[in-house]
Amino acid sequence: MENSDLAQKSRASAAQAETIDILYFARLREAFGVASERMVLPRTIATAGALRAHLHARGGPWATEFAADRPVRVAVNQVIARAETPLRAGDEVAFLPPVTGG
Amino acid sequence: MPVRIQIEDFDVSAEIAALRGDNPAIGAVASFIGLVRDANAGERVSEITLEHYPGMTETALQDIVDEAKARWDIVDVLVIHRIGALRPTDQIVLVAVAGAHRGAAFAACEFVMDYLKTRAPFWKKERTPAGGRWVDARSSDDAAAERWVR
Repeated sequence: MENSDLAQKSRASAAQAETIDILYFARLREAFGVASERMVLPRTIATAGALRAHLHARGGPWATEFAADRPVRVAVNQVIARAETPLRAGDEVAFLPPVTGG
Repeated sequence: MPVRIQIEDFDVSAEIAALRGDNPAIGAVASFIGLVRDANAGERVSEITLEHYPGMTETALQDIVDEAKARWDIVDVLVIHRIGALRPTDQIVLVAVAGAHRGAAFAACEFVMDYLKTRAPFWKKERTPAGGRWVDARSSDDAAAERWVR
């Protein structure tokens, strides 16, 4: 592999490494009109709870659905997490309404 | 495969036959089949759509199966859950537990359903005369799952 290719690859992975993927399911997806987004992780957002607060501050349906009394759960890398669960670049963070399968 | 998510319907007899195989140690199979009802919360339901979180759903169901196997003396567990659009009378879910004796098979089957209801990332949307609505989680399902916490 050429050095320029390596550098390009390294830059690409570095850019990817600073982002997280956020997924929204069911009621949340419909309320926001989006199923997923890639976000550059600000240094101020260190936990799942901080991300929820950040999204809540967008207002409108975000404020409604992420209000403190709404029973939204969060999963980090497909495992149910808590507000204090730390977030790292490259994580997949999903917001889940109460489940209703079966 | 003990855990399957699929759009297609399933044949309960064929699935249970496959679960049993020719294992002579199995003396009991307990099964639960969940079906689409034509009414919920006072409204007629003409169709439901089931959505899930691919990847996490399979892991969550496998974890539930593993826990059932750790808690009870059972031989094998099968879980099939359908996704997509379903109509009243359609089959939604099959849980079947094979074991030596019925006590453990019944208990494990109920446990798997109770945990599936409250822990596996599936969501139902109903179509009613008033339009589409997401089904609300039931506190009775939480209470049912709570019984097994130890």
